[in-house]
Amino acid sequence: MEASTLQTFFQQLINGLSLGSIYALLALGYTMVYGIIKLINFAHGDIYMLGAFWGYYVINFWHFNFLFALLSAMLVGAVAGVIIEYFAYRPLRHAPRITALITAIGVSFLLENGMSYLYGSTPRDFPQIIEPVNYHVFGVLISNIQILILVTACLLMVILQVIIKKTKMGKAMRAVSVDPDAAELVGINLNRTISFTFALGSSMAGAAGVLIGLYYNSIDPLMGMTPGIKAFVAAVVGGIGSVPGASIGGFLIGLLETLVQSVGLSAYKDAAVYFVLIVILLVLPAGIFGKNIKEKV
Amino acid sequence: MLSVDQLVVNYGVINAVKGVSFDINEGEIVSLIGANGAGKTTILKTVSGLLRPASGTVTYEGHEIQREKAPKIVAQGISQVPEGRHIFAGLTVKENLQMGAFLQSDRANIATTFQTVYDRFPVLKERQNQDAATLSGGEQQMLAMGRALMSRPKLLLLDEPSMGLAPIFINEIFDIITAIKEQGTTVLLIEQNAKKALSISDRGYVLASGEVKMSGTGSELLANADVQKAYLGG
Amino acid sequence: MTILKANFKYNVSWLIIMVAGFYLMNTLMLMGIIDSFIENMLVVIGINIILATGLNLVIGFAGQFSLGHAGFMAIGAYATAIITTNSATAGGFYTSIVVGVIIAIIAAIIVGVPTLRLRGDYLAIATMGAAEIIRIIINNLQITNGPSGMFNIPQFATWPVVYIMVCVTTILIANFVRSRAGRAIKSVREDEIAAESAGINTTNWKLAAFVFGAATAAIAGSLDASYLQTIAPTNFGIMESISILIIVVLGGVGSLTGSVVAAVVLGILDTALQNFGTLRMVIYAAALILIMIFKPTGLLGSHELSFKHLFSGTKRKGRVRS
Repeated sequence: MEASTLQTFFQQLINGLSLGSIYALLALGYTMVYGIIKLINFAHGDIYMLGAFWGYYVINFWHFNFLFALLSAMLVGAVAGVIIEYFAYRPLRHAPRITALITAIGVSFLLENGMSYLYGSTPRDFPQIIEPVNYHVFGVLISNIQILILVTACLLMVILQVIIKKTKMGKAMRAVSVDPDAAELVGINLNRTISFTFALGSSMAGAAGVLIGLYYNSIDPLMGMTPGIKAFVAAVVGGIGSVPGASIGGFLIGLLETLVQSVGLSAYKDAAVYFVLIVILLVLPAGIFGKNIKEKV
Repeated sequence: MLSVDQLVVNYGVINAVKGVSFDINEGEIVSLIGANGAGKTTILKTVSGLLRPASGTVTYEGHEIQREKAPKIVAQGISQVPEGRHIFAGLTVKENLQMGAFLQSDRANIATTFQTVYDRFPVLKERQNQDAATLSGGEQQMLAMGRALMSRPKLLLLDEPSMGLAPIFINEIFDIITAIKEQGTTVLLIEQNAKKALSISDRGYVLASGEVKMSGTGSELLANADVQKAYLGG
Repeated sequence: MTILKANFKYNVSWLIIMVAGFYLMNTLMLMGIIDSFIENMLVVIGINIILATGLNLVIGFAGQFSLGHAGFMAIGAYATAIITTNSATAGGFYTSIVVGVIIAIIAAIIVGVPTLRLRGDYLAIATMGAAEIIRIIINNLQITNGPSGMFNIPQFATWPVVYIMVCVTTILIANFVRSRAGRAIKSVREDEIAAESAGINTTNWKLAAFVFGAATAAIAGSLDASYLQTIAPTNFGIMESISILIIVVLGGVGSLTGSVVAAVVLGILDTALQNFGTLRMVIYAAALILIMIFKPTGLLGSHELSFKHLFSGTKRKGRVRS
C-alpha cells in the first residue's frame, strides 16, 4: 500500500512538472514584459497559440522535424511579439495603463478571432512527430515526450537566464526595468531594449506552443486564453518581474492543477488556479521572489 | 562648449523654465543655484534629452541638440548624474558601472576607465559584486558618479549631488568634483547647497521661478549680499 | 429616493421621452415597419444597454477596471432559467429577477471586498478570474444542467418588458451618478488618496458601485435568459465580458449616453454584419485597438447628453462641468 501511494505521488509529480514547465515558459514572457513596461500582455497566450499553429503547419506541410519546428516557432513568436509591441503598445507607452490594457485585450481578441476566421475554430490534431514511448521507472510511468518537454523547457530557461544575467542586452533589460530614465542617461535605447524583451519572451511562448502541441496533441485558436491566464497567475505567484520566480511559479501552478485533477476535481482545475490568484494577490501580492513596492503618497 | 539660449520648457501644464540662457566653457565648473522648483532639474533633463523644450536652443560643440534623444546625447559626451542617485537596484556595483559604459565598444578602453573610477572611488572596488541597493547613500552617490564617468564624458551634469548625504560625505563629494574638473571634464552643477557649490565653481547662475536672476563668477556670487541673504543663510 | 426628487425635473423630462419612445416603437411595430427581425435587434440592444451602463458605472465612474461582468450576468440568467422553468408564471419571472439580483449582490460583495483593493491591471485579472470561477461552478452544478445549458425557458421578457427595464435601470444609474454617492465615487476615481484624506470611505464607495453594476448585470442576464430562452455556461465567459467592455470603451468610458449610443451602433452593426461571422469580431477587435491608439476617449468621451444644459440656459457659463 505504501509503495503505491508513493508511486502515485511521483506520477503526479512528473505530470505536474511537465505541465508546469510549459506554464513556466509562458510565465517568463509575462514577467519579462511586465517588468519592463508594466503591462500585462494579454496577447501573450495567443502568441503561444500562434507557435502551436506554426508547428502544426511546418510539420505537416514542410515536414520539419521537432528541432526545426521548435526553433522556427520561437522565431515566429519573437517576430509576432515585436510586431505587436511596435504597432499596438509603443504608441501607448505614455498613456494611462488602462488604455494599454484594453489595447492588449484588443490584440488578444484580434488574434483569437482572426485565427478562428482563417482556420475555423474546430480543434486540430497536432502531428505526432515523436512516437510516444512509455518508460516504467519504479512503477511510475514517464513518457519520452514528458522528458523531452522537461528537458527542452529547462534548457530554454537556463539559456534565458544566461542571456539576462550575462549579456549586455540582458543587463540593459534589467536596467530599464528598474529605472528607465537612468537607463536612457547611460545611453540605452529604450525602444530597442523593449523590443528585445518582447522578442525574447514571445520566443518562449512560441516554444511552449509547440511543446504543448506535442503533449496534448490538440490545437485550436482559443487554446491560448486559459493557459495564458494561468501562466500569468504563475508569474504573479513567483513574483511578477522576477525571472526565477516565473519558473518556480510555473512549476507550482502545474503541480497544483495536476493535484486538483488527481483528487477527482478535474472540473474545477481551472477554478483552483483562479482562486490561487485571488488569494495570492491578497496575502502575498509581491509573490515569492518579488519586491513589495508600496505606493508613496 | 554648451550654450543654452532662451530655453522654455513646460512640465505638463506648468511653465517650469521661462526663457533661460547660459553658457559653459570648456574646462569650467558652472553652478546653477536656486530654491526648489526654480526649474534647475528641468533644465538638466532638457540638456540630456529626457525632455523636449517648447522653444529655445541647446547648442553643444557647435550644433543644436535640443531635439535629439537621450542616448544620442550621451554618445556625444554629455553624461548626467541624476537627482536622487538612480542607481540600478538589483544589479551589482560592477554591473552598474558596466551600464555606464554601455555605448563604449573598446574593451581595453573600458578596462582602463574601470581602473580610473576604482582609483577615484576605492569603496566601489571593494563592493563591486554587491547589489547596488545595499550601498549607503554616500556610496550610491559615488556609484552614480562613477557610472556617469564610465562613458568618459566631456561634459558632466550633476543634479544635487550632496542631497541627503552626511556632512563628511558632502565634503568628499565636492573634492571629487573638483578633481574631476582638474582632469579635464567640464562640469555643470546644480545644487541647493549654494555655498559649497559656488566655492568650487568658476562661474554661477542664480535661478528663481524658471528664470536667471543673476550671474557671475563663483567668488562674486559668494560675496553678493542678496545671494547671501537668499541662499547662503547670511 | 431623495436623489430622485432632487433631479425631479430631469427625471420627468427623460421619463416623458422614454414613454414617447415606447409609443413610437409600439406604433411602428403595429404598422409592421418594425418586424420581428428588427424587434430582436432592439431587444438585444436593450439588454446590451443595461450591461454597458452598468459596467460603465464600475469602470468609468468608479474607475475600477472590472472584467467580470459576465459572471454576474450568468447569475441572473440562471436564476431566471431555473425559477421560471419550475414556475412558469409572470410572478415567477419577476421573483427570479429579484432572486438573481440578490445572489449577484452577495457574489459581488464576496468578490469585491477582497479584490477592490487591487490596482488596475491586477483588479482586471482578478475579476476575470472570479467571473470564471462563477462560470465553472455553474458549469458543474446539477441544478443548472451543467455544460449543456438550459433551454425552453419560458419567455416573459417581451420587448415592452425589456424596454421598461432599460429605462428603469438607466434612470437609476443616471441618478446614482448625479447624486452625492456618485460624486463620492467619481472623486475616488480621480484621486483615491485625495479622496481618502477628505474622509471619503473609498472602499465602501467602490464596493457600492461594483455591487450596483453587478445587480444590473444580473437583471440583464435574467432578461437575456427569458428572451432567448436558451442559455449555456459558454455564453458567459471572458469573451462576453470583453464584448461588453468594447461597447463601453467605444461609447466613452464615463459617458452613460455614450454607452447607450455605442450599444445601439454596435447592435445595428452586429445585425448588418451578421453574415460575416467571425470576421465581425475581427473588425471589432481591430476597431478597439485603433480607438485606443487614436481616440481613447471613445465616441462621446465623458460628455453626457443632458437636460441640465438645456434647462440652465444662460446660467451654464459659470457652471463647472461635473
